Amino acid sequence: MRTTELLIIGGGPAGLMAAKTALEAGAQVTLIDRNNRLGGQLIKQTHKFFGSEKQYAKTRGLTIAEKLITDLEDYHDRLKICLNTTALGLYRDRVVTTVCNDTYDKIHPQAIIVATGAFEKCLAFENNDLPGIYGAGAVQTLMNLYGVLPGKEIVMVGSGNIGLIVSYQLIQAGVRVKAVLEAAPVIGGYKVHASKLRRLGVPILTSTTVQKAIGSLEIEKIVTVKLDSNWQAIEGSEAEIYVDALCVAVGLSPMHQLLSMADIQMCYVSELGGLVPHVSEDYETSLDSVFVAGDVTGVEEASSAIVEGAIAGLMAAKKMNHLHPEADRILCEYRTQLDNLRSGPCGCKIRNGLGKLKENQHVG
Amino acid sequence: MNKKDIILCRCEDVSLADVERLLHEGYHTYEEIKRQLRVGMGPCQGQICGDLIRREIARYLKENIESIPTHKTRPLTIGVKIKSIKDGADHER
Repeated sequence: MRTTELLIIGGGPAGLMAAKTALEAGAQVTLIDRNNRLGGQLIKQTHKFFGSEKQYAKTRGLTIAEKLITDLEDYHDRLKICLNTTALGLYRDRVVTTVCNDTYDKIHPQAIIVATGAFEKCLAFENNDLPGIYGAGAVQTLMNLYGVLPGKEIVMVGSGNIGLIVSYQLIQAGVRVKAVLEAAPVIGGYKVHASKLRRLGVPILTSTTVQKAIGSLEIEKIVTVKLDSNWQAIEGSEAEIYVDALCVAVGLSPMHQLLSMADIQMCYVSELGGLVPHVSEDYETSLDSVFVAGDVTGVEEASSAIVEGAIAGLMAAKKMNHLHPEADRILCEYRTQLDNLRSGPCGCKIRNGLGKLKENQHVG
Repeated sequence: MNKKDIILCRCEDVSLADVERLLHEGYHTYEEIKRQLRVGMGPCQGQICGDLIRREIARYLKENIESIPTHKTRPLTIGVKIKSIKDGADHER
């Protein structure tokens, strides 16, 4: 059994930032990631981020990942990075089992930060298993990481920021985006992204969803249908669109498995994407010395994941008596940043979700 | 609508028609349906079908999805060769 002070599971924006602040505070850190490189979803995000300078606004996702990774280089004596390493189990005595290229191992850290991120949601419609139907994450991986086009003519399902941004990236790559479908009566993502698509002639069809995919060996066309105010299909409103690919961007759900299996207190909150842990102000779960950060605490943007990671890293280090020299100041700063990120109309859903989670925590 | 072609659990190839049949027979939780159809027992361990199946249960019972219990999650998160676990145990001795 291996030991370490702090084990961080997941090397995306939350995990990388958590490693940084914990290392700054003086902790010894092991960072594991199941992929063959660090950065999580950031490495396929070729677009520039919004927000304030503090969360790397106007910087491309992949550049943010590079920065976060470079920041860790100063600490190579206290940091161990294990790639291609998947966490298999988390147990109540804080033992974590892992596998790396068929080698099974156990780690017993003093503290853990679970930063496993989120998983793409699926949609139930007829023939939803036909080849040519992708999640938006898969499309980004294919296109932005491997330079492979998913198709020539595509329809996007979902008008959240991911759906809108990936649609734009598809157009940049030379794919014809025939429409963006949105089941809700209003567009989910930022108006700037939607306007950009509309200027390029892409129709965004609200109160519309995909009813059926049609094709023999692979997708050839889809049938769309209008929805009424009760989300029921309106008969007679069906329309066909010829495509060779369909991209589904209907949200993400937190990768809660490690937390759930350790019987950590959880709650299902739709606004946060699914099953999320109850956490203290310090991002500690109901299991002593197990912290969380990023989308696993509720699906938000990468910028919030970075800030949550910073807080969790500081607090996990503090738990092991490693005090960051400027802990109080930066903690206060990060908490303010989180509030700012969640303010305004776009943060409404997150605020509602977090409110619900807190209410449930008090009742439970 | 051909419910046999609406796949809810991709790992075990379980359709909406399969799940609705069980709902009619009185299986009203994910855990019960899992024991009948193996949903959530494949490589993704319920990460994909969890929400889809609970949504169908909620629809059938006319309840909110948040009130439908989620399924029990157990180690391991992915499939691992038994040899790997054995070698790991041998190594520790």
